[in-house]
Amino acid sequence: MKQNIIIALFGIWIMAATLSAQAELTVQITQGVEGGIPIAVVPFGGNPGGENIGSIVAADLARSGRFKVLSESQMLEHPTTPEQVRFDSWKTMGQDNLAIGQVQQDGPDHYVAQFYLFDVVRGNQLVGFNLPFSAPETRKTAHRIADIIYKQLTGENGAFATRVAYVTVAPGEGPKDRRYLLQVADTDGFNPQNIIKSREPIMSPAWSPDGRQIAYVSFESKTPAIFVQTLASGERQKVSDMPGINGAPAWSPDGAELAMTLSKDGNPDIYVMNLASRSLRRITNHYAIDTEPAWSKDGSRIVFTSDRGGKPQLYMVSSAGGEPQRITYEGDYNARGVFSPDGKSLAMVHGVGGNYRIALMDLASKQVRILTPGRLDESPGFAPNGSMILYASHSGGAAQLSAVSIDGKVRQSLRIDGGEVREPAWSP
Amino acid sequence: MKFLKTGVMVFAMVMVGCSSTGGTKEEGASAAGRGPGGGAGGPEISKYGESSSDMYGTSSKYGAGGGAYGAGGGQSGEGALDDPSSPLSKRVIYFMYDSSEVQPEYLSVVNSHANYLASNSGRSVVLEGHADERGSPEYNIALGEQRAKAIAKMMKLQGVLESQIQVVSFGEEKPAVSGHDESSWQQNRRVEISYPRR
Repeated sequence: MKQNIIIALFGIWIMAATLSAQAELTVQITQGVEGGIPIAVVPFGGNPGGENIGSIVAADLARSGRFKVLSESQMLEHPTTPEQVRFDSWKTMGQDNLAIGQVQQDGPDHYVAQFYLFDVVRGNQLVGFNLPFSAPETRKTAHRIADIIYKQLTGENGAFATRVAYVTVAPGEGPKDRRYLLQVADTDGFNPQNIIKSREPIMSPAWSPDGRQIAYVSFESKTPAIFVQTLASGERQKVSDMPGINGAPAWSPDGAELAMTLSKDGNPDIYVMNLASRSLRRITNHYAIDTEPAWSKDGSRIVFTSDRGGKPQLYMVSSAGGEPQRITYEGDYNARGVFSPDGKSLAMVHGVGGNYRIALMDLASKQVRILTPGRLDESPGFAPNGSMILYASHSGGAAQLSAVSIDGKVRQSLRIDGGEVREPAWSP
Repeated sequence: MKFLKTGVMVFAMVMVGCSSTGGTKEEGASAAGRGPGGGAGGPEISKYGESSSDMYGTSSKYGAGGGAYGAGGGQSGEGALDDPSSPLSKRVIYFMYDSSEVQPEYLSVVNSHANYLASNSGRSVVLEGHADERGSPEYNIALGEQRAKAIAKMMKLQGVLESQIQVVSFGEEKPAVSGHDESSWQQNRRVEISYPRR
């Protein structure tokens, strides 16, 4: 089954590459759960153009690792309307759930996707939707349908209609020929868009809470500066280029402030900038390294990395400032802490036995669970629904992205052909 | 599809070029040379939704600017700086893992540069801090800065002026060597001393 999914995904990738020549990231499931929810998603009828909405939905669900998706080649019937569904045939195939649909043209470049989700065992309809869309929104519409199915069958919000920002590095002929490119793509790797391309490093992309802007660090002037760029307009503002480090931007939950690392006063410390007034509030003041701030969900606290105890560990401080409290003790390297969307846990880079892995700490019990098997895993960030953690990793010497479910059971890889891809950030 | 193929081919060639050239310790020492103006090497900003993904290879905007990035850290007619037998020809200081302590074997290198700068107050230097790829990228930026500042502190103790020294950290973003093992890592934990062109 897993093989079928990979083959199916590969097929979709080839097809899309042929159609748009834009598929750069390949997303594959590398580890799925036993006994995922069985579902058949029939290719939609009347689909305009090449990309079938049903197939995109099937690939989304399969990629989540939570579903056991029937491959199209095994389907004996292809209903596209409720009247055509014969529950007995799907029951015989072992399918508990069935999604079907069709697309109708509703004007020039206006379409409506009608889709239905059925409980095959009970023989009834669970949901039915009409979703209007224009041709460029075909994939987005499919991701929305996948979100609806995911929510209906797992009880949790889906994250298929969200996006991922990441930095790719083209090595060039020598160290001076590298090219750094910040891109945003759909979570299935499709529709990659350039945000900024530079000869000098680009780091630490961070989404604004409304998903309309990205803060990042650019070395384009040979020294680091923090920029905030509005995606739709391409307009950007340089918000910090103090002497020394300008790094690790992190948006407050209300979007009004940007926490960052500055070394203008001698050592790297955490500051908070009010974006409207550009005024700075100093949060930490210590001769050691303080960096990588991340906000709690309510904005009251900031977690950060500090080596004030000799090794990098995570500390927590009020976002108004004050005395930081050390919160990690397990392992000799804990860095880049990020709060889960429910605020109950922290993901981090956890150094153990010379390996750097992504771990999850329960904030109440302080218990640490290692989620990934890598050697050089870094830059963890949560999916907006909290179900997965996206991070940077290495496979066979190449930098790629990976995602792991917070129970550690499902893993995906997001690769780019021949290039390095790093510093992922999942959109809100 | 045609574009994709072209991109992949160019990319493959670049990769081959990379592995055959390799990286040497001295090669990286000049990376911070200041380009004139810098216009040729400026970034390219895109509107989301209006650019297709133009990856590497086909973009013409980047081919031209090579002149801004010179190969040499020194320049002709500078005497000791260009003399390969001078201790000033050593431009890279290496560090232990997660440490910014200058090892005894590099003290003479740092001292040579400090003496040169102290007696040539018109010259300035860029100290470029780097880290290996392990651990968190922003932590590595801080670590690279600590390394460069450790060198800067030693130089200042020997009479080099604050205004002669510029410190910048690239963390793990610009490795000298691209491997993923200890022998590569130890070549990447470094401070590069470079003399910008005047």
